[in-house]
Amino acid sequence: MVGEAVSSRDLILGRLRAAIADGTDPVRVPRDYRREGTADLDLLVERLTDYRARVHRVPETAVADTVAGILPASATVVVPPGLSAAWLPPTVTALRDDGLDNARIAAADGVVTAAAVAVVETGTVVLDGSPDQGRRVLSLLPDLHICVVRAAQVVAGVPAALGRLSPHRPLTWISGPSATSDIELNRVEGVHGPRTLHVVLLS
Amino acid sequence: MPATAPGGVGQLRGEEPFPAAARRALADAQLRRNLGHATATIRAKSGAVIAEVPDWEQLRAAGSAIKADVLARLPELLEQLEARVTAAGGVVHWAADANEANRIVTDLVRATGSDRVIKVKSMATQEIGLNEALEAAGIIPVETDLAELIVQLGDDRPSHILVPAIHRNRAEIREIFLRAMPGVDRALTDEPADLAAAARRFLRQTFLSTSVAVSGANFAVAETGTLAVVESEGNGRMCLTLPETLITVMGVEKVVPTWRDLEVFLQLLPRASTGERMNPYTSMWTGVTPGDGPQAFHLVLLDNGRSAVLADGVGRQALHCIRCSACLNVCPVYERTGGHAYGSVYPGPIGAVLSPQLTGVADNASLPYASSLCGACYDACPVKINIPELLVHLRDQVPHPRGESVAMAAAAYTMDHPALFAAAQRAARLSRLAGRRGRGLPPPLSGWTAGRDLPEPPVETFREWWAKR
Repeated sequence: MVGEAVSSRDLILGRLRAAIADGTDPVRVPRDYRREGTADLDLLVERLTDYRARVHRVPETAVADTVAGILPASATVVVPPGLSAAWLPPTVTALRDDGLDNARIAAADGVVTAAAVAVVETGTVVLDGSPDQGRRVLSLLPDLHICVVRAAQVVAGVPAALGRLSPHRPLTWISGPSATSDIELNRVEGVHGPRTLHVVLLS
Repeated sequence: MPATAPGGVGQLRGEEPFPAAARRALADAQLRRNLGHATATIRAKSGAVIAEVPDWEQLRAAGSAIKADVLARLPELLEQLEARVTAAGGVVHWAADANEANRIVTDLVRATGSDRVIKVKSMATQEIGLNEALEAAGIIPVETDLAELIVQLGDDRPSHILVPAIHRNRAEIREIFLRAMPGVDRALTDEPADLAAAARRFLRQTFLSTSVAVSGANFAVAETGTLAVVESEGNGRMCLTLPETLITVMGVEKVVPTWRDLEVFLQLLPRASTGERMNPYTSMWTGVTPGDGPQAFHLVLLDNGRSAVLADGVGRQALHCIRCSACLNVCPVYERTGGHAYGSVYPGPIGAVLSPQLTGVADNASLPYASSLCGACYDACPVKINIPELLVHLRDQVPHPRGESVAMAAAAYTMDHPALFAAAQRAARLSRLAGRRGRGLPPPLSGWTAGRDLPEPPVETFREWWAKR
């Protein structure tokens, strides 16, 4: 089995080398597209809203009240291990993730996470698995996701976002709630991921 | 020697030539209505979000150049990717063709002890016929993309790269669900939100109880070993996150050199394909992350004819393709025939150039002609694949019937000899008298005019008119 795998590797690489053996010119990639821009918070709100995320612009001291306004009293929320306790209202039951099983995560009313980066032009928030964002499954199974974004995490476009992210972490880019356009190209929110996305933008 | 994709396995060859399949599709009024609505909608959305980007042409140029660079040094980039994925805890496998890829995946699934896999839509696994191979081995593949589910439950074939069930409208989808979805609510309406909710309920338990997933990949970064999957519904996230084992099957051309290169393709792909500024979900992972997601990751690198495409200096640009499907949505031929007529999982203009190259032109000889050469696909392509140039290039390689070459040689000889040419023109005029006007050439040349308009011979030729002056 191992011998077979090695030979296919050599076979394929040999074929590919032969295919370009006639010589190909080195290619210079033009990078004259935009790589910088302004992190316009108003535009971020507009773009997030356009993709049916619900946006709340509040000071950091008001996060807990905002969360309380979104979730009914006695709701159960999953939270990553490193999330600031000050962001959670006393009205909700917080399940801090210490290896919760999938059934408990899926049964929660919602999840509250921080973010790593937000992209203005595309209306995207990116999670990178840091302690205040947690495992990927946390923001996937509950039907409602509240994502808290600091103004300093907002960048103009995709190039700036990639520049801030580490490829060695698992990354989830989220643009609005889960959606499909498979039925007559009508956008329908909520297929398998959270059907509701709230972004709490601190400013 | 470069080798093409093997026959008898996978879905790159149709059962009949394009003209025959297209004729049947053209007679289906429902299909044409569904397609016309869908392609017009997506063209409008895509055009609007592309217009928002002031540097779209610069991004296209960069995307095209990155892909040309990839092809120029593909072996070294793949070796680099293999090293990085391995260092990050993944296992890399090499599959020379569809049979080998199917065998590798089947063995990997068997080794886990699972008899079921969840799948996120992947062109590569459709290309190699992985579902059929898994089923033959007693393993149930569950497609989790809504459109793929519609196709699978309808015992149908995908007809579009991006929206595989584009040929079905909501009423047809409701009928399929009522007929084939176990446990479906009989009160299901044909509202898209209601249909999507039915799929959500149907698949949830499968997601949570299946330990192996199979995915494709949109991009793989050689520099870091990072894989990326771009999707909308969250079914991709489910497959990439929940199972213990993840098996990703990827065509070798999907590698990009650097992390930074993603900044180009993540801008080009969603706007060109779904007409969104960004697709709802993009997942990126590098090997295995302890405590988060699958703890076993296998990457299967697939050739299956790609080295043969690479060996053609003109044809290789088809390997730039990022599977956005923009060319399908602007193509007047696709819009009328739909995807099934192309006989391959790669339909539309890109399919007309990619499929014949992957299989060898003789196996898909009608596809280079499945185009009007209008060039709309070239304008729409976010990585600037010159599809019309490729179509003409491939037409040259199609085996032509002997009668056609004899007729062409005779025509060339006649046009080279002015007296003969004048005589031929006078003879052509006789067809007006012979009553063949508008009926094309008589047999055996009628085959040529069956698909082409024959200009009516004039009452007086230019030479005759000139001679009188």
